[in-house]
Amino acid sequence: MKFSYYPGCTLRTKARDLDAYAKASAKALGFTLEEPEDWQCCGGVYPLGTDEIATKLSSVRALCDAKEKGQDLVTLCSACHHVIKRVNHDMKHNADMRQKANAYMQNEEPYAGETEVLHFLEVLKDRVGFDVLKEKVTNPLTGKKIGAYYGCLLLRPGKVLAFDDPENPSIIEDFIRAIGAEPVIYPYRNECCGGYISLKEKEQAKSMCDMVLESAAGFGAEMLITACPLCMYNLNKSGKLPVHYFTELLAEALGVKEEAETL
Amino acid sequence: MNNVKNQVDRIRQISGVNPYKCMKCGKCSASCPSFNEMDIKPHQFASYIMNGEIEALAASKSLWKCLSCFACLERCPRDVEPAKLIDAARQLVVRQKGQDYLKADEIPALLDPELPQQLLVSAFRRYRR
Repeated sequence: MKFSYYPGCTLRTKARDLDAYAKASAKALGFTLEEPEDWQCCGGVYPLGTDEIATKLSSVRALCDAKEKGQDLVTLCSACHHVIKRVNHDMKHNADMRQKANAYMQNEEPYAGETEVLHFLEVLKDRVGFDVLKEKVTNPLTGKKIGAYYGCLLLRPGKVLAFDDPENPSIIEDFIRAIGAEPVIYPYRNECCGGYISLKEKEQAKSMCDMVLESAAGFGAEMLITACPLCMYNLNKSGKLPVHYFTELLAEALGVKEEAETL
Repeated sequence: MNNVKNQVDRIRQISGVNPYKCMKCGKCSASCPSFNEMDIKPHQFASYIMNGEIEALAASKSLWKCLSCFACLERCPRDVEPAKLIDAARQLVVRQKGQDYLKADEIPALLDPELPQQLLVSAFRRYRR
C-alpha cells in the first residue's frame, strides 16, 4: 500500500517525533507514505469565510498532486487533517469555490474533490485493520491505562470530517485496545484545549487543559494520547498528566520505537 | 466602516449564514467553552446581526475569545453556525488596515522554546489580515 502523505509545518519542526514514529510504524505495518514535492503549509486553521480562496490553495495543490498520482492523501496532524478535509469538501460541493480555485491551477481537468483524505488513524482502522494491527503488535502495552484526547479538529463539524461520532467517538479507544492497553473513557475527551488562543490568552488555555487532564486523571488515566502538536503543547502547559503522540505508543507496541528515534 | 446595511450584507456574504434561521435555543452558548469569557454570547450573535448592531459586535471581545472548536456549529439544530458569524465579524475588523489583533512587535514576548509553528500560523490566520 502506498499513500500520498502530507506532514505539515510542525511535523518538520517541533513535532518531528510524531512523524518519525508514524513512518517507522507504517514500515512495520507494510505501507508507504510518499510526500508530494514542494507541499505548502495548510495555514493551521480552516479559513471560514466563503470568500477565502487563496488561503485554501495550499490544500488544493496537495489534493491535486495526490489525484495525479492516483493515491489517497494521508494526514497525521489534526489541524492539517481538518483543513485539507474541509477544503476537499468545498471543492466537491461548492461550485463557486471549485471554479475560483481551479482558475489558479494548471490541471488538464478541473479538480472536483476526487482525492480521498484519510487520517493516519483511519488508515489503521480501515486499510490495515485494528485486528491486523493487534496481530502485528510484538510488545503489547498491557496494563497501561490511556485516555484518548480527541479535541476538536478531528471530530467537528461531524458532517464534513466524517471521522467518528463527534459526541461519542471510539476510534482512538479501539486503537488503544489494539496495542494491548486499556482505554479510559472520560467526559472531556472531545473538549477543546484552547487551540490558538494559547498564544495570547495563556491563562484561559491553561484552565481549559486543567479541566481536561483532571477529568482524565479522575477516571483513572495514567496518560493521554493525541494526534495534534498544538493540543500536546497546550496540555503540557497544564502538566497534570503525561501526554504522548499516539504514534509513539504505536511504534513502541510494534517494537520499532528505537528505530524511529534514529530517523 | 460603511453603513449598517452594507455591514450586515458583508457579514452574511462572508459567513454564508442566514441569521434569521436562529430560534434562540441557546445550545451554542451552553456548548461554548469560552462562554464565560465572552461579553456577547454565541446565542446573541444572530440577533446582533439581524438588528444591525455591527459596530457593537465588531468591538466585542468575543471576537478574540472564539476558539474555532466548532462545538456551537456541531450542536446547532438550525445550522446557523455561530462560529461562522463571529468569524465574519472578526474578518470585518482584521481586513481593515491597522486592525490586526496580533501585532508583529508583540510576538517575540509571546514565544517559548516548545511553542509549535502550528500555533503561530493559526493565530496569524485568525488574528491578522
